[in-house]
Amino acid sequence: MTHRSVEVPVVARVEGEGALHVRIDDGQITRLELEIYEPPRFFESFLRGRHFSEVADIVPRICGICPVAYQMTAIHGLEHLFEVEVPERTYELRRILYCAEWLESHMLHVHLLAAPDFLGFDSAIEMAQKGFKPQVERGLRLKRVGNDLMAAIGGREIHPVSPMVGGFSRAATAKELRAFEGRLEDALAEILDVADFVAALEIPEFPRDAELVSMVNQTDYPMNDGDMGSTRGRTWTADTYEEVTEEIHVAHSTALHSVFADTRSPYFVGPLARYNLNEATVTPVARDAAARAGLATLPNLDPFASMGARVAETALSIEEALRLIRDYTPPDPPYVAVTPRAGSAAWTTEAPRGTLYHRYDVDDDGTILEAKIVPPTSQNLRHMERDLREYLPGVLDRSDEELTHAAEMVVRNYDPCISCATHFLRLDIERG
Amino acid sequence: MTKPRVAVFKMASCDGCQLQLLDAEEALLDLAGAIEIVNFAEATSHVEPGPYDVTLVEGSVSTAEQIEQVKAIRAESTFLITIGACATSGGIQALRNGTDLAEHVRYVYPTPAYVEALASSQPIAEIVPVDLELTGCPVDRGQLLAALAWLLQGSVPRPPTTPVCIECKRRGYVCVVVAKGEPCLGPVTRTGCGAICPAMGRGCYGCFGPSQPPNTDALAKRFIELGMSPTRVADTFRFITGYAPAFREAAERLERAEAIT
Repeated sequence: MTHRSVEVPVVARVEGEGALHVRIDDGQITRLELEIYEPPRFFESFLRGRHFSEVADIVPRICGICPVAYQMTAIHGLEHLFEVEVPERTYELRRILYCAEWLESHMLHVHLLAAPDFLGFDSAIEMAQKGFKPQVERGLRLKRVGNDLMAAIGGREIHPVSPMVGGFSRAATAKELRAFEGRLEDALAEILDVADFVAALEIPEFPRDAELVSMVNQTDYPMNDGDMGSTRGRTWTADTYEEVTEEIHVAHSTALHSVFADTRSPYFVGPLARYNLNEATVTPVARDAAARAGLATLPNLDPFASMGARVAETALSIEEALRLIRDYTPPDPPYVAVTPRAGSAAWTTEAPRGTLYHRYDVDDDGTILEAKIVPPTSQNLRHMERDLREYLPGVLDRSDEELTHAAEMVVRNYDPCISCATHFLRLDIERG
Repeated sequence: MTKPRVAVFKMASCDGCQLQLLDAEEALLDLAGAIEIVNFAEATSHVEPGPYDVTLVEGSVSTAEQIEQVKAIRAESTFLITIGACATSGGIQALRNGTDLAEHVRYVYPTPAYVEALASSQPIAEIVPVDLELTGCPVDRGQLLAALAWLLQGSVPRPPTTPVCIECKRRGYVCVVVAKGEPCLGPVTRTGCGAICPAMGRGCYGCFGPSQPPNTDALAKRFIELGMSPTRVADTFRFITGYAPAFREAAERLERAEAIT
């Protein structure tokens, strides 16, 4: 019997830390472990007893890459429970902020995390040093527009300080936001070049079946609002999230994986899911970018098409931000009064890397009694392993180095944010 | 001259501080010309073993394994910089310190036996000597890049320890305590962020940790006069950098006072 082990001690260019162990006996994968050694931080536990007004400052600390997603999910959920009516302008400013986060996160992924894979480099720094400086600089320039817009609205781009239950502690002025018009217009022109750049990369194909899940919204491409849907026709809402999906405990694993409660099957959240499920509300340049980057026809369930979906959503974020900024008038006053009431606050929003679910049970004076947070990466984890099991057998004849690279590419399709995934630890799965 | 070898490591944290390096964008490419990044998992697959001339560590020490990891990193590093609230004061996850770890584990994980974590989330300097601490949640990008630039010139940077209040006065921001009657930790929190919370019309919540010297008791008294309960005031100190000694002790004094009355 021939035995071969492939160890990837640190999965590079992902957010947070994880490792992968694969064991191959007689040409078959007999063991595959995606080990997550990110230590537990116990957010849900220490949220208990805190005042609701502190939640928007606590939860962004789960993830430095998508802090706005955490803030928005908590804020919308609590406002829904407290029956707070915020003006339309507040919603618009929140959408601009969310667009800015998608823009920076997607451009970070495409240029700094994923592109080096397809060009044979270790990093974007090496890419820049070896002939791709204009492309890397373009990516960083686009990303900077998102970062700067987040800072203009939130005070800083990592862990913004102005979002709060009821609105914003300060609303950006029209002048401050209109200053971004020119840069956003330039970015919109450049995003099509990024789409062509992505189209020219040698990206593998992996046309396997899968059930993709995201929020759906008939009027606006979903960020802060929408019900849930899947590519196999399931529909549900935030209020039933914990009935429809379930976090299960796998044998020999301390990890919690999300599956559908009825079929126990895994699902896949993220930009590709959103794009497939919300084609009707895709903006014109985004549609063009998608077509150029390999997403001309839907459905497209190939996880490697996620790159194209990220580029399309970047275009969409720019178009949406531009549209909203051109008509922008600040909400006045920037926040409305909030009176807490007892009950359960459940909400979903679309973080750059997929659906994020929060629930807070609150007492009469606004103290958090229970908290539940299901980040996109822990929802994708089981599906990530399934993809590895299906994809790696086709490349087993390659060297360990190439096999490692292939495995990392499959993982990176999900743009996993291991820091976010408060719910998983060491993974140790064995299936016969 | 050989370029300084720089490594970036992460313990328990959100990635936000090392993201400040990736967010430096153009400066990152310039920096890459002046230094050699030999270990930075979030940015590159290229990994070289130590020793390192300058090492940046984000995150708190949260597991037994990390104690050993931090010791090994220290042994390999000439100049060790800890970056951010987690690395310098245990981070928000230090809210578990002094409470029942088993209860937190039970609440979040269904099979507590598998979960390995220390009872306390600790700053790196509680385990090994640290050459420079850059506080903040996240660390300020300007301070971080300036620190690297100083080191490249052979100097050791000294970030300010004056309070956010001074920053507000310099910038002409309206005081949120005086004008709005809102609690603000600006008088006892060190500057570095640019006083962004008062700029955004709200109170500071202490991301950069205690200033020197922090008169926390006087501020606590003021918050109570504003109508907050001592328990809520204690919570205000016990937050992002709540395990920093000055804030921890302020919270403990408030709770003792509450227990007496």
